[in-house]
Amino acid sequence: MDFLNAIVALLNFVVIPATAYGAQLALGALGVTLIYGILRFSNFAHGDTMALGTGFVILFTWWFQSMGLHFGPLPTALLALPFGIAVTAAFVLLTDRVVYRFYRKQKAAPVILVIVAMGVMFVMNGLTRFLIGVDEIRFDDGARFLITANDFKAATGLAEGLAFRSTQALTIATAVVVVAALFWFLNRTRTGKSMRAFSDNEDLALLSGINPEKVVAVTWIISAGLAVIAGTLYGLDKSFKAFNYFQLLLPIFASAIVGGLGNPLGAIAGGFLIAFSEVGFTYAWKKVATYVLPESLAPDGLAQLLSTDYKFAVSFAILIVVLLFKPTGLFKGKAV
Amino acid sequence: MTRSDNPYRDDRGNKDRSITKAGGGTIDNPEGGGSALPAPGGPFLAAEGMTGGYGAADILHDCTLTVEKGQIAVIVGPNGAGKSTAMKAVFGMLRLRGGHVRLDGEDITHLSPQDRVAKGMGFVPQTNNVFPSMSVEENLEMGAFLRRDDFRATMEQVFDLFPILKDKRRQPAGELSGGQRQQVAVGRALMTQPKLLMLDEPTAGVSPIVMDELFDRIIEVARTGISILMVEQNARQALEIADKGYVLVQGANRYTDTGAALLADPDVRRTFLGG
Repeated sequence: MDFLNAIVALLNFVVIPATAYGAQLALGALGVTLIYGILRFSNFAHGDTMALGTGFVILFTWWFQSMGLHFGPLPTALLALPFGIAVTAAFVLLTDRVVYRFYRKQKAAPVILVIVAMGVMFVMNGLTRFLIGVDEIRFDDGARFLITANDFKAATGLAEGLAFRSTQALTIATAVVVVAALFWFLNRTRTGKSMRAFSDNEDLALLSGINPEKVVAVTWIISAGLAVIAGTLYGLDKSFKAFNYFQLLLPIFASAIVGGLGNPLGAIAGGFLIAFSEVGFTYAWKKVATYVLPESLAPDGLAQLLSTDYKFAVSFAILIVVLLFKPTGLFKGKAV
Repeated sequence: MTRSDNPYRDDRGNKDRSITKAGGGTIDNPEGGGSALPAPGGPFLAAEGMTGGYGAADILHDCTLTVEKGQIAVIVGPNGAGKSTAMKAVFGMLRLRGGHVRLDGEDITHLSPQDRVAKGMGFVPQTNNVFPSMSVEENLEMGAFLRRDDFRATMEQVFDLFPILKDKRRQPAGELSGGQRQQVAVGRALMTQPKLLMLDEPTAGVSPIVMDELFDRIIEVARTGISILMVEQNARQALEIADKGYVLVQGANRYTDTGAALLADPDVRRTFLGG
């Protein structure tokens, strides 16, 4: 019984939250990795694209709610998501037209594009705050739990409760669908293959008649879509705050680099690795340890390796270790 | 084409690949945006009086290359003679100050490389000529990107020409041996059903046995009616299969004759073929 309780506690406090967080990071990292693989620069504006896109989704959500539109047990934000993606994609394409295209035509050195991306990041940063403010916003509605802790306790008779929030289930399910669709697109469709070809060898893609501007536009649209989905899921799961999205940039880049920049599969693996490490390091293991270990070995303290305030240190440490010992990432990425 | 003449391309020595991905495209499309003009008569491919270079200094000086239909033309010459540059000029990757390029009765001097592909030119670069992370089959599909019709028959022809590619069609091209990769590169260029196939040193870095086999395949391709323009380091072997040979020196035509005649010419033998 104690062992079962330990497993339930582990699921409740580590596995489920980390899986949901990992799915959000993976979606974010996929966007970063696509831009890196195809447009050949690190898009530091990705975190703020997530924030801006989620801001649009929240505005649409409020509008729908004011019209009395609801999505049954699912959050209204899910209805607003396609509209948020469309507006964000249009915004990102405009950014490309106004800013990035100039540097692309100049064949600017990648490091210059990185600085350009930082400029775009600050502009988006400000725009998001103008649009939706700096405060914390909760915009989830619909059913809150798939399984509540009390129901679980009553059903199983265990001392430990297992809560499975609907936003967590939604995050995981959406991530699976989106990732499957993305891989199908990249591996099976003509446009997807042309994107991979462009990423592999730009000159040869050009000589094969692949239109670079189209590849670039599709890449921006997909990365904007991934950013808005990741941002909305994160906002539903936790809450929306512009600054938090800016901070998410670090774990997202850590995920993409750990997995191997430019490699979509790596971005997913990296996302989950970073998420599980962050949650694992900042979780107080006392409860699980008390269940599993004999009484004499039970820890006195919380058995928490790091305070949650330091969770970004975990991604940063992993990032540095990977860059030192395996700079191409776990899956072979395109970074040298 | 130095990169430093444009300040945006100057990375100021920053080579940190962990935040930026180098290796972007290098094709500048100097002549893009033009259109093809009818120019009937003359040889199938006539690149005549080509003069130009990458920067201020000319590399090519009044260089002329012609190929008849279904023939093999080979460009040989010492290192730095402008062989590859001449081929790039034919393909539109170089700004020409003088001369013109005609293909199959059309003047294509002002077309971009991509537009020339649509006009029936296939180009196999010397290096980086495959999509390494994509499978052999996908490489061929990308070669046929411009085609909207069913290209499976063409793919079968490529597999007939290079049977090893059929066995390895699910394997990423980057994992193949040098010779197999060259076959993928040639196959990719054949997928557009070009009228003229241009090969920049197809046998660079492959073993002598593979080299002989590649030359055999190139002859087979020519027999199907495709004209071939080829730059080769292995001058002797290349001239043996050439209908026409061009010896370039310092960007200008030095000797032009049939392959056999050039091989027999004592001057050419002594100067360029090592006796």
